[in-house]
Amino acid sequence: MLRPRRLFFMYEQTYLEAIRSALAEEMRRDSSVYLFGEDVALGGPFGATKGLADEFGTHRVVNTPISEGTVMGLATGAAVAGLRPVVEIMFIDFITLAMDQLVNHAAKLHYMSGGQLRVPLTIRVQCGITGAMGAHHSQSFEAWLTHVPGLKVLMPATPEDAKGLLKTAIRDDNPVVFIEHRGLYWTKGEIPQDDHGVPIGKAKILREGDQITIVALASMVGPALAAADELSNQGISVEVIDLRSVAPIDVETIVNSTKKTSRIIVVHEAVRQSGIGAEVAALVQEHAFYHLDCPVLRIAAPFAPIPAGPSLEAAFVPGKDLILEAAHRALGSRLF
Amino acid sequence: MILRKEKASEVLDLFRRMWLIRAFEEKASVLYAERQIAGLLHLSIGQEAIAVGACSLLHQDDYVFGGHRSHGHAIATGADINKLMAELAGRATGYCGGNGGSMHIVAKETGFITASGIVGGTIPLALGAAFAAKERKKGQLAVVFFGDGAGQAGAFHESLNIASLWQLPVIFVCENNGYAEFTPLSAHTKIERLAQHAKTYAIVASTVDGNDLFAVRAAMARAIKNCRNDKGPAFVECLTHRLRGHYEGDPAKYRELSQLATWKKQDPIARVERTLRKKKLATSQKLKAVEAQARALVEKAADFALSSPWPSPEAVDHAVYAEAK
Amino acid sequence: MREIAYYEAKFEALDEIMAADERVHLINGTFLSLSPHRHVFQNLKEKYGERMIAPPISELGFCGLATGAAMAGLRPIVDLSTGSFIYEAWPQVANEAANAFSMSGGQTRVPVVFHLFHGLRGGGAAQHSGSPQAMLWNCPGLEIAIPSSPRDVKGLLKSAVASDNPTIFVDHTRLLDIRGEVPENDKPIPLGVAEIKRSGRDVTVVATSYTVQVALRAAATVAQQGIEIEVVDPRTLVPFDLPTILQSVEKTHRVVIADETHQSCGVAAEIAARIAESGFDKLKAPIRRVSTLDVPVSYSPPLEAHIGPSEGRIIDAVKATLA
Repeated sequence: MLRPRRLFFMYEQTYLEAIRSALAEEMRRDSSVYLFGEDVALGGPFGATKGLADEFGTHRVVNTPISEGTVMGLATGAAVAGLRPVVEIMFIDFITLAMDQLVNHAAKLHYMSGGQLRVPLTIRVQCGITGAMGAHHSQSFEAWLTHVPGLKVLMPATPEDAKGLLKTAIRDDNPVVFIEHRGLYWTKGEIPQDDHGVPIGKAKILREGDQITIVALASMVGPALAAADELSNQGISVEVIDLRSVAPIDVETIVNSTKKTSRIIVVHEAVRQSGIGAEVAALVQEHAFYHLDCPVLRIAAPFAPIPAGPSLEAAFVPGKDLILEAAHRALGSRLF
Repeated sequence: MILRKEKASEVLDLFRRMWLIRAFEEKASVLYAERQIAGLLHLSIGQEAIAVGACSLLHQDDYVFGGHRSHGHAIATGADINKLMAELAGRATGYCGGNGGSMHIVAKETGFITASGIVGGTIPLALGAAFAAKERKKGQLAVVFFGDGAGQAGAFHESLNIASLWQLPVIFVCENNGYAEFTPLSAHTKIERLAQHAKTYAIVASTVDGNDLFAVRAAMARAIKNCRNDKGPAFVECLTHRLRGHYEGDPAKYRELSQLATWKKQDPIARVERTLRKKKLATSQKLKAVEAQARALVEKAADFALSSPWPSPEAVDHAVYAEAK
Repeated sequence: MREIAYYEAKFEALDEIMAADERVHLINGTFLSLSPHRHVFQNLKEKYGERMIAPPISELGFCGLATGAAMAGLRPIVDLSTGSFIYEAWPQVANEAANAFSMSGGQTRVPVVFHLFHGLRGGGAAQHSGSPQAMLWNCPGLEIAIPSSPRDVKGLLKSAVASDNPTIFVDHTRLLDIRGEVPENDKPIPLGVAEIKRSGRDVTVVATSYTVQVALRAAATVAQQGIEIEVVDPRTLVPFDLPTILQSVEKTHRVVIADETHQSCGVAAEIAARIAESGFDKLKAPIRRVSTLDVPVSYSPPLEAHIGPSEGRIIDAVKATLA
């Protein structure tokens, strides 16, 4: 069990460095932790695993061929047989190739076996709209994975959470999908130096307020805080929640906040239809219906594949302006 | 042809195990017709020599993976037929508490790691277990059973490639019964001997008469030696025939009756019996007693299953997530 | 008006579609499932054999093939059989078929129909009971049709094939034997038009697929207790007919959504979110979701029966919204 964070000496790292530290620390601590993925021994396309093959050897930091489906299955089988694998899928867009092994096998083996099998597997994927990479390298599929009983799904927004959640994920005996937003890779943050872990299933209140709640996911946390600042200058008190964990989702924190503010906006980079926002909206109106002064508003990407051209891409991503617009709508809204 | 090393008692044990599978499958068929077993049921009647031939040479800590037709594989690893029958009947006393059923059997205690309802779904899993085995350096290996239909799955080819590339201690046992669901193999592929695929990926491969227990054992013995000596994966293709349809309820009109008649003559159990008689390794009486005993054990298993309680609805969300140990 | 079985209506649709357009090909062949009606499907082989293909068990391969064939001018209907198998073909459906028109700036059309049987079927267990439509609703570029009656299956299948977009045709084996009115020479049903399957004034129940039939039974039961349920069937998820649902909510002010996908991020979540967004001021009570519970589908019959959107659970939800 990881100790909760204490006030230790803090140091600054980027989100990417935080991930690398988490991997290295867990690999040092537990010799059954193995890394699999395309080019992981060479550091990966963004350098997340740089240096790990040097320290732990290429038998523990294993380069795989371009066979996402089978590699996912292999990692699952290795987990069942007693290792603690961390498999990297280079872009979440490619997780489509591993859907059968992830959805039909990894997620279900524990249940189908009546508890006989354990699958202590961590799946690292990177997502996000940035760099004009187009529709096959920019998607966000956390909603699909949240929909699969048996998986846990995490989306940290800060270096501290990236490190803490990844360590917790690796130590968890269940298949956990750890989604990294590559637009956040070079953001910096302070991280405690001790062996801190962040619990799965707990959202984080980044800013307290009592007039409107903004629930944000991953890359949208920054714009949400920026919007909150602007609203605050206009005399509006905003509560900002970083979801961090989409499966399980922290219903309690979201609902308590709604009961306090009576207005809530959800913002994520993925497409709206059947996205995480839908689940949050459904849950909020279920549990806090009589506290709501206005509908739950969802800010998300348009319902279209992501365009590649830079100007189109920039117009596509939700940001501070859309959040402000929604907030004003929510605050201006009156029931009968 | 019996390996010189095999003693009469050993062969008799194998014979018993084959009969246990046969009796179990036939009883399952009856229970299915009586609607005591739900969903889809895929029987391996006629393919007993492969399960028994392959698993009888394994160690307790080897990893065995099956497909959707895996009752025989589980029984061949020594699984408890009471818990197995209870699982088919969806009862709380089943191996998986009723969660898995026929296509998703797990008998971890005897090394039968899992079956799967997805064609080819367990092949990558077996690779993972082999990887872990190789790291542990204790000589463990993984075995995965699949049919000729799996030869068309992408995962099959990816797995052969990776197993060969990384020299994983995994044995691919292909039960080529000539039919993938309702279609003859020739309508699915130009490559009708799957061992050829293995050779393409530089994996040592052989094709044997899957209805000859001793031929299967001999091929497996070679494959196992390969794996345990860190010489990489092996592929054993066993030619056989399933005497029933793809699943219970499949009238199998696609199969010619004459074909069925030929294969019945090649019945693997009958062949072992003929061998035992010819070599005077067991009396007629003893051989008949084996069948009777198998059926008696299976009857007991059926009684156990049908008198077991159903899982309670409160249990429906247990075992979704594993708690920390 | 004549009354026929669902599977008969579906067969008629396939027959008429194949006769009308040479470009239509059928890939794989369990459109009438593995049930007793398989022999009916065989009748199509006699007429259209050269346009009916039996591929190997390679879902990824043949869905990719279908997508490519559609790009090259054919209009294939590809059958995935059990919905859970679509995960093997996911890259071709979600990354290729869904994106092609947009990524090409409108140059490439993909008029393919992916057909599957979803949901709880009685002993299917976790790997044969999947309902992938919630995840597919999250993929821009795909259309999703989800019939619940003989007339719908015929009318929607025709529109799905006529559409130039990749369409997922979500069917259910438990619908195959139900009977219903299907006029001769019926016109195709346009995608994006919901239908009120039963009028009522007290509670709106939005349901999809086989659950529509369950909701209708629930409606008949509670009618005897003086509660009038209005059953609204969206019939397609993409495009989605929100106005018809909102009109119903305007009348009843109370909503229950019944659907077989799992609860978290399921179809009911999206529908609830939309109603709450656009019709919030019409609601007098929280929207209730009756979805399949968030557990893998157990094999054991009593557990499987327990987790689905049953008549009992729908009635409980209806009464709770009225409380």
